[in-house]
Amino acid sequence: MLLIHCPWCGPREEVEFRCGGQGHIARPADAMDISDAEYARYLFMRTNPKGWHYERWNHVHGCRRWFNALRHTVTHEIRATYRPGEKKPPLPDGTT
Amino acid sequence: MADAIPRLGALDHLGLAARATAEPGAAGVWLGERRFLAKINLRGDPQNAAFMQAAGAALDGVQPTTAPNTAVRAAAIDLLWLGPDEWLVVAAAGSEAALAARLAAAVAPHGGTVTDVTESRTTITVSGPRARDALAKGCPIDLHPRRFRPGDCAQSLLARVGVILLRADDATGPVPRFELHVLRSMADYLWRFLEDAGQEYGVAVVESEDRSQGSGIR
Ligand SMILES: [Zn+2]
Repeated sequence: MLLIHCPWCGPREEVEFRCGGQGHIARPADAMDISDAEYARYLFMRTNPKGWHYERWNHVHGCRRWFNALRHTVTHEIRATYRPGEKKPPLPDGTT
Repeated sequence: MADAIPRLGALDHLGLAARATAEPGAAGVWLGERRFLAKINLRGDPQNAAFMQAAGAALDGVQPTTAPNTAVRAAAIDLLWLGPDEWLVVAAAGSEAALAARLAAAVAPHGGTVTDVTESRTTITVSGPRARDALAKGCPIDLHPRRFRPGDCAQSLLARVGVILLRADDATGPVPRFELHVLRSMADYLWRFLEDAGQEYGVAVVESEDRSQGSGIR
């Protein structure tokens, strides 16, 4: 069982959280002008790295807020959690 | 005009009143229900001083807190932090309509919203010398007296059911006291879980109290 640090509630047990997939996906500013293929790329296509991954999480059984996390998809280490709008932390040294 | 429809409590079918005692005696876990407490959801921007001021004024001076997982407790109102822009007002049974209207009128001009959610939840009280042991069987929150202090609140899971948990004693008495605001449809299950969890310590059903009447236990 992981302890996940909600940016508001502090450390809470993993069962209170849900992962919401890849984070920091920006909606195209010119959404009305781009092609269907480009829009589909924004809407559906996600990275699936083996390693560090910026993700969105929701404290669904707690304060119900969304936040961002930097998680390793192999070790499940969560290096950082931070509020929406906060700058994303750099990837740990030696990784890209 | 037709007679008013009788209001049914979420746990009325369990016949708790017939089992209730004023003297829990040697029982380690004391369970009770506070029916129909007024519950009002308040949302607004805590950075907006005008909103915060208006909300506090409409709540008899009880100011919304920005400290996560804490409640402001006053004589007639508990104000629980639910999120960075969300609070739960808990007040005496029957006060919800007037209070919600007053609060809504005060905060609406400042972008605040008010929703009367009284009927969504009932309130189970867990007290007694072994209250923490019973709750710990199903709750991931650390309820140690140093970690979960009087006035602390949390939203979490208890036996896989979402609950809003409040430490409702002031640490001056001999036993802790917790209030669980739980969805009505889950209340029967959660009550049975608590009776089961407390069985090894002895369970007493304590009389349901209304906030306006006060209580020796509180
Ligand atoms: Zn949280």
